[in-house]
Amino acid sequence: MHALIFIKQVPDASQVRVNYETGTLIREGVPAILNPFEAHAVEEAVRLREKIGGKVSVLTMGPPQATDALKECLSMGADNAYLLSDRVFAGSDTLATSYALYEGARKIIELEGDVDLFFAGKQAIDGDTAQTGPGIATRFGIPLITYLIKLDEVNIDKKYAIATRLTEFGQETVKTPLPAFFTVEETLNELSYAPLPWLIKAAQTEIKRLSSENVELDRNQCGLKHSPTKVKKAFTPEKRQRGETLKGTCNDLAKQASEILLPFVK
Amino acid sequence: MIDIGKKDPDKTHYKDIWVFVEQTNGEPQQVSFELLTKARELAEKLNCKIAAVSIGKSVEHIAEEAFKYGADKFYILEDEVFSDYRTEPFRDALSRILIKYKPEIFLIGATTQGRDLSGTVATELKTGLTADTTQQEIDSETGNLMMTRPTFGGSLMATIICPDDRPQMSTVRPGVFKAIPKETPQKGEVIRETVDLKEEDIVKKILKKVVSNEGNINLSFYDVIVAGGKGMGSKENFKMLENLADLLGGTWAGSRKAVELGYVPQSRQVGQTGQTVHPKLYIACGISGAIQHLVGMQSSDIIISVNKDENAPIFDVSTYCIVEDALKFIPKLIDELKQNKKIKTQ
Ligand SMILES: Cc1cc2nc3c(=O)[nH]c(=O)nc-3n(C[C@H](O)[C@H](O)[C@H](O)COP(=O)(O)OP(=O)(O)OC[C@H]3O[C@@H](n4cnc5c(N)ncnc54)[C@H](O)[C@@H]3O)c2cc1C
Ligand SMILES: Nc1ncnc2c1ncn2[C@@H]1O[C@H](COP(=O)(O)O)[C@@H](O)[C@H]1O
Repeated sequence: MHALIFIKQVPDASQVRVNYETGTLIREGVPAILNPFEAHAVEEAVRLREKIGGKVSVLTMGPPQATDALKECLSMGADNAYLLSDRVFAGSDTLATSYALYEGARKIIELEGDVDLFFAGKQAIDGDTAQTGPGIATRFGIPLITYLIKLDEVNIDKKYAIATRLTEFGQETVKTPLPAFFTVEETLNELSYAPLPWLIKAAQTEIKRLSSENVELDRNQCGLKHSPTKVKKAFTPEKRQRGETLKGTCNDLAKQASEILLPFVK
Repeated sequence: MIDIGKKDPDKTHYKDIWVFVEQTNGEPQQVSFELLTKARELAEKLNCKIAAVSIGKSVEHIAEEAFKYGADKFYILEDEVFSDYRTEPFRDALSRILIKYKPEIFLIGATTQGRDLSGTVATELKTGLTADTTQQEIDSETGNLMMTRPTFGGSLMATIICPDDRPQMSTVRPGVFKAIPKETPQKGEVIRETVDLKEEDIVKKILKKVVSNEGNINLSFYDVIVAGGKGMGSKENFKMLENLADLLGGTWAGSRKAVELGYVPQSRQVGQTGQTVHPKLYIACGISGAIQHLVGMQSSDIIISVNKDENAPIFDVSTYCIVEDALKFIPKLIDELKQNKKIKTQ
């Protein structure tokens, strides 16, 4: 079994604050973290490897600092970590990102062998687009299973998997041939603590570098220039003003509030 | 297998606004009509027509409603293989139709299905896709669609354009726009599409479906939402929020922490990873007001918040701030309202 997980390093969105005077994000001191959804994808793949054997590779496209997120995946038990980093990717939108990751993944297949299961997070918490996974799956022309909450069965010999996903109305269980592409929910599993030998092994594992020098790329599909969407402007949302604070005892407050609510009473 | 055809690279050949009408078992999603309503406003600026497109086992009966909300044409693709949503056949069929008819703008609801579908179709069409837009306008100079969306969990807004590629694609969450029927609806034209696809060609099979009874609550239907957070303390305490909601003719909801603690089902979560709502009245009880919660409710007309902590960020967006223990305050409020109701009806 070979699993490949697309992981992203993101600023911890819950700690990003806005400077309303300048209309910009305050990013100083905001830690960069592994996008929370991918942690669950790594956990799932590693558990599967422990059960049926094989290996787990992780790939990120990003700046050199993104190695931190890759190292975190290694310490969770991933076997190989790849950083795809190059100037040509700067400013990529989701279409260009899925292209870059597709080519990076093809290189990993060339180096490490065929992949049976591809994983991505449901969405990245900085951009929240949830498009990159579906984009890569489409480029590979393999079945896509979004919102994965349970990997019921994986059969590498017979090349199929049974998986449960969330839908608008509940859940559905599907059978898909492998290779297939999964985007995962946080409820897929509970993260576990890695045993010490894995941590030691992770510290010794080198992160492999990919760039336009060793990956074949069509430059006409890379970076800002070849991204169909462009950011025209960015601004901070209009801030609502804090309104009236009601005063008095609990009884007084209930009376005042009930008057405000009276027009709504059915 | 479906041959999706070859996309026309000349952007000047693309015209009209198209909306994907999502349905499950023949039941259309409200968000599709919200998008048709928005499309009317955009079409007026562009002086163009509006088309709806739907794929399923049986969808023709939705035409009437699509026309009511503004579609001039309704393209349908009906076949047994489309009884249940599956990414690959829907992606290929829809891509084929879009390549054939060349809409300038294509809008899809940001539901689980719509998100799954839009990302794959945009990749097939090699065009831009802007997710979860909350505002859409036509740039009067260029005629481009300007799509504004929150990023970084709502801390920042970005206006995105797709200047050179067509169609300009965008998803919108349910409840962001309002669905308003046309005053004088006209009967449109129904156009049937076909594809050559057999069940044997589709590799993914659905083995089992579990419909959860709470699964499809649409919070955006309600004018009043009473929401609770971790501060409500227990699942039982949510009963009082339900009672309050009943009195006000609304419904109840919760923060993500309330969902995680099992007080509220996920289907009733408000916020970045839940539903976006803009009711006339939003009452927040024991909710701190994390940015991911605020993005889902801060455009409500009136916000009343109850929190023990006077510095809770929820107060920064509230019309009325009540610094009090919600567990004491809500029962008192319910009593008051019941009394007032008696006076009102006497
Ligand atoms: C990627 C991501 C996505 C997220 N998406 C969402 C989302 O969609 N929706 C969402 O809501 N959150 C979301 N969150 C979580 C969010 O960051 C907060 O953790 C969450 O909203 C907090 O919920 P809360 O306000 O109920 O709990 P807390 O933040 O713990 O606040 C509880 C509040 O209750 C008050 N309180 C306690 N007891 C009482 C009492 N007796 N009476 C009155 N007040 C009381 C406290 O003062 C406190 O302010 C997301 C987070 C991440 C990282
Ligand atoms: N630069 C990247 N490198 C690796 N994986 C990525 C990258 N961007 C997005 N992904 C993957 O795609 C998922 C969805 O991202 P997004 O489309 O940005 O919401 C993420 O959870 C990651 O698994």
